[in-house]
Amino acid sequence: MPQHIPSDNVGIVTPQVAKFDTPLELRSGKVIPSYELVYETYGELNSDKSNAVLICHALSGHHHAAGYHEGDSKPGWWDSCIGPGKAIDTNRFFVLSVNNLGGCHGSTGPVSINPETDQPYGSDFPMVRVRDWVESQARLADRLGIQKFAAVIGGSLGGMQALRWSFQYPDRIAYCGVIASAPKLSAQNIAFNEVARNAIMKDPEFHDGHYIVKNAIPKTGLMTARMLAHLTYLSDDAMGEKFGRDLKTDEIKYGYKPEFQVESYLHYQGEKFSTSFDANTYLLMTKALDYFDPAQYTNGDLAKCLAPASSKFFVVSFTTDWRFSPERSEEIVDALIEADKDVVYACIESEKGHDAFLIPIPRYVKVFTAYMNRVAKELGL
Amino acid sequence: MSHPVKNKSNLRSDLNIIQHWVSEESQVLDLGCGEGDLLAYLKHDKNCKAYGLEIHPDSIVSCVEKGLNVIEHDLNDGLRHFKDNAMDTVIMTQALQAVSRPDVLLDDMLRVGKEAIITFPNFGYWRTRFYLMIKGKMPMSKTLPFNWYDTPNIHMCTFRDFEKLCREKNLTILNRTVVDKNHHKSLSISILPNLLGEIAVYRVTK
Repeated sequence: MPQHIPSDNVGIVTPQVAKFDTPLELRSGKVIPSYELVYETYGELNSDKSNAVLICHALSGHHHAAGYHEGDSKPGWWDSCIGPGKAIDTNRFFVLSVNNLGGCHGSTGPVSINPETDQPYGSDFPMVRVRDWVESQARLADRLGIQKFAAVIGGSLGGMQALRWSFQYPDRIAYCGVIASAPKLSAQNIAFNEVARNAIMKDPEFHDGHYIVKNAIPKTGLMTARMLAHLTYLSDDAMGEKFGRDLKTDEIKYGYKPEFQVESYLHYQGEKFSTSFDANTYLLMTKALDYFDPAQYTNGDLAKCLAPASSKFFVVSFTTDWRFSPERSEEIVDALIEADKDVVYACIESEKGHDAFLIPIPRYVKVFTAYMNRVAKELGL
Repeated sequence: MSHPVKNKSNLRSDLNIIQHWVSEESQVLDLGCGEGDLLAYLKHDKNCKAYGLEIHPDSIVSCVEKGLNVIEHDLNDGLRHFKDNAMDTVIMTQALQAVSRPDVLLDDMLRVGKEAIITFPNFGYWRTRFYLMIKGKMPMSKTLPFNWYDTPNIHMCTFRDFEKLCREKNLTILNRTVVDKNHHKSLSISILPNLLGEIAVYRVTK
């Protein structure tokens, strides 16, 4: 925690837990009999509960989007955009950020105890899809008395959830923010995910997903998966600028240990992730990404799929994002226009790749802030 | 692309001409919509479903602040965002001369829209002709304040050139209004439009 928390920060936050005993039937046909969702809130819910903004997280994200946890040195993952006076201004909006079902940061997931076996679920935890997350988030909104969100906003996999919200619960969302996202994964995206999954599942410590009871962690696999994923989040230019061909030492050593700075960085990222994230959650999240393709139910017609939506849309992409390129966002924009929806689209110049959506790039912040001001104005907040 | 011409939006007079050609509650697309003044008018006063394409970041923010539908897009990439006949009217004010292929964009405008409304500055205007003849240099004026090497207006044409292009493409010019730089009509302009008119507003269909 910094000594002085900046005035545009939401400050110290404490996660809360909501327990649900109504069974949740999943898209796969399986049922989760009861579950818990961990969440954080920032700002105040107004008296008619009309100022709530739901934040949906990405693959490796969680509920801690803004502010500081007691004792932490780093703020939440989207602190750059959530806080007093920031794009999602907590002086006006009540922000709700949930750890998705199947996650590994407190919500019920593969590391939780399976009531049927009294052992951790491990790979027995059912696969959860984007629509299941939306359903579970809607139940949390019910619990908090929020009938309609002022906005549902997410980046990457979070953007897919926001998009899904727009037509799954059209009456419960006024504005939809889809950032650095896509209407479905490409073959290349799925291929990257499969390499990551393969690395995890082939790790001898994986034990068919029941590594916790064996007191093991498929650390090497998870680390490799993260190293691969991480490099797809950066652009060639960003890596070149950050590391170039710099060596850790003065000269090459003719060995296979990390010698280039970029190798060292990837190892560090992989190492850090492998000790803080659950491998089964990683597998589950990548599958939710792969399966997401809502237009498949309208013969591939995304405009038809989005036709039931009544919200207005804000779509953002980043020039060097090759994981979810601007063209993928433009597919969403094209479909929204075809479906006669209100839409604003900005393609932000950035060398930061997919990760740009987490970074306070001035132009991005400016148009995001302008859009959220408009949301507040049009809703009379 | 958003400001290839100075004096672009003398909005009221532009509107006076364009508004009669856009139907109530129709679907309208404005190419190079700038800060969205025309879009706002069409949305609020004509109840149009209006979208604007723009490339300049500050202009996009202005449109967002006005509550308009604005899509970041480079007109040189064509209108691939839009399906055939997606719009009733596609409007382009003072940008035709600044795109890389005006002829291709014109085709695209009439693929997407049933009608197109186009305004552009007339390179056949007498002062422009006079400037080139007397000074022997590429014409500059208050309306076209750029040097030949840094001008965004890379495809200047005269009214006669544009009408020849329309004929070659078998397009029908439904209306043409020729005005001076303040968007005023006059008797002399109507007699010698290509010599005395500075800006033309064309309404074209296939």
